[in-house]
Amino acid sequence: MSKIKWGFYIFLIPVLLWLFLLIVLPHIDLFVSSFRAENDLGDMTWSLANYKSFFSDSVYWYTFVRTAVYSILVTFLTFLVTFPVAFYITKVVSIKFSGFLALLLLMPFWVGELVSVYGWMILLRESGVVNFFLLKMGIIDTPLKMLYNDISMVIGLVYMSMLFMIVPIMSSLEGMDDSLIEAASDLGASKFTIIRKIVIPHATPGIVSGSIIVFMLVLGDYVTPDLLGGKNSLWFTEQIYNEFIASFNWNEGAAFGFLLLALSTFIIWLALKITNQSFEKAVS
Amino acid sequence: MIRTLPSSKTYKVGYLLFIILFYIFLFAPLIVTCVLAFNNSDFPTLPWKGFTLDWFFANNDQRLGVFEDSGLLSSIYISFQTGFYVAILSLIVGTMGAFLFVQEKFRFKGALYFLALAPLVIPGVILGISILLSSTIAGGYIEDHTGLDISFLRPSFWLVVLGQFSFITTFVVLVVSSKLKKFDHTLEEAALNLGANRFDVIRLITLPYLKPALIGSFIVSFLMSFGNFNTTLFLVGSDVTLPIDLYSRIRDGSTPVLNAVSFLLIFGTSLLAVFNLIYNNMKNNK
Repeated sequence: MSKIKWGFYIFLIPVLLWLFLLIVLPHIDLFVSSFRAENDLGDMTWSLANYKSFFSDSVYWYTFVRTAVYSILVTFLTFLVTFPVAFYITKVVSIKFSGFLALLLLMPFWVGELVSVYGWMILLRESGVVNFFLLKMGIIDTPLKMLYNDISMVIGLVYMSMLFMIVPIMSSLEGMDDSLIEAASDLGASKFTIIRKIVIPHATPGIVSGSIIVFMLVLGDYVTPDLLGGKNSLWFTEQIYNEFIASFNWNEGAAFGFLLLALSTFIIWLALKITNQSFEKAVS
Repeated sequence: MIRTLPSSKTYKVGYLLFIILFYIFLFAPLIVTCVLAFNNSDFPTLPWKGFTLDWFFANNDQRLGVFEDSGLLSSIYISFQTGFYVAILSLIVGTMGAFLFVQEKFRFKGALYFLALAPLVIPGVILGISILLSSTIAGGYIEDHTGLDISFLRPSFWLVVLGQFSFITTFVVLVVSSKLKKFDHTLEEAALNLGANRFDVIRLITLPYLKPALIGSFIVSFLMSFGNFNTTLFLVGSDVTLPIDLYSRIRDGSTPVLNAVSFLLIFGTSLLAVFNLIYNNMKNNK
């Protein structure tokens, strides 16, 4: 019996160290730091100043709300784009190709976010490849300004999120019995009815997990809004970066970080509540 | 609408068209990046001015190829090192976590499991700043009380490794425990009955069974580390990783050297993907 106990502690201790030192403690520090600020004498004291400046400066909370709204929009768009593809790969295309098509989906993730963002910059900029072809074909006379706006930012965010939406949806569709669709079709249901009443309900666990991961990734992303959204992208992580790296006001940055964490936790909790899913199930 | 059901021609063609457009969307930025790495032009754009390998090998006043650019080579090397250490550490601790959560029973297991999954929903930037904060606080505290200056608690190579490890381990826990749950426990019981101890069982029976999952987790951990930007941004010291280096170069203005680096990354990962495909086919045909 004592041997088994030994094994237990050998597994437990590294896991505890990991979770306590790298997850719990840093977030306690984040929380505590966000309530510390310099008083008039230049000493560090407990204070709500960091949160006050968030609520009093409209740029901050405007960016905050904007980031949240855009993250939800991107999550929804990613779902719209990837759902037909997930269905195609799992249910429509011949099994010979489905593995290959699924493997291709991994490419953008494997090469990394920076390379994909750079690719989009080359495509969309004023002297870019898309403009080159449009000019050449005579569709436009002057190059279009396609980069550094909200649309290019959303394209980039959807692009980097697709994989994280499509994989969970595919895995829940794979578990679905085709004969349900056959039966519905035999009984005269239209395609739209079949999708709404059979496919979507079966895919819901996958849709929920995909949405949670995508939402979190988009909300916490820095590179894509910064490089594709340009100067006006106003993404909340950029404010955090500015506080930490540019103005070196770590306490203010900690407050922003904590607000972002609270927002992401709240929206994920809400999504789980509405769809009646559990967190453990949704992420695994 | 599915394999076994007939559909109208327009529906089929329309659907296929959507899928083709999707894959064009998926590959356009990657293919364009690769092609322009070989364009004999000072800017990464069309028109095509002829084929060149300058952006890989040139070393003159106007052009500096990837393989001659010591800054890029060193950040690639650091990313490899970081990826290696992160993958090894995450694999070890993540596998221990999988054993802990699948095979052991203890109080607060549910709470601990919840905590282990939490990094999946913590934005990378937040992990970065909170680890930066607490390592700085810890470093300051140690220096005030003992006078020791612990360099890895400042933004540095090892802090990046720790920061990436903190969330990549969660993926290893998930992948390995899903495999471990399907494991046939009678094999372990048989070995235990025959006098093996717990560690013999793990070493000789469970780990060989888990091998594909372990190799897969190692590769994915490495790739996650190699491409990580958001967490690394706040923890990086003078040893910049490739994504951080690329980011500052893209901001400063792009040259086809960046296309050449991207090409190498895309080419390298495609090779990995092809190997993976061949390996799986061989396994399935056996």
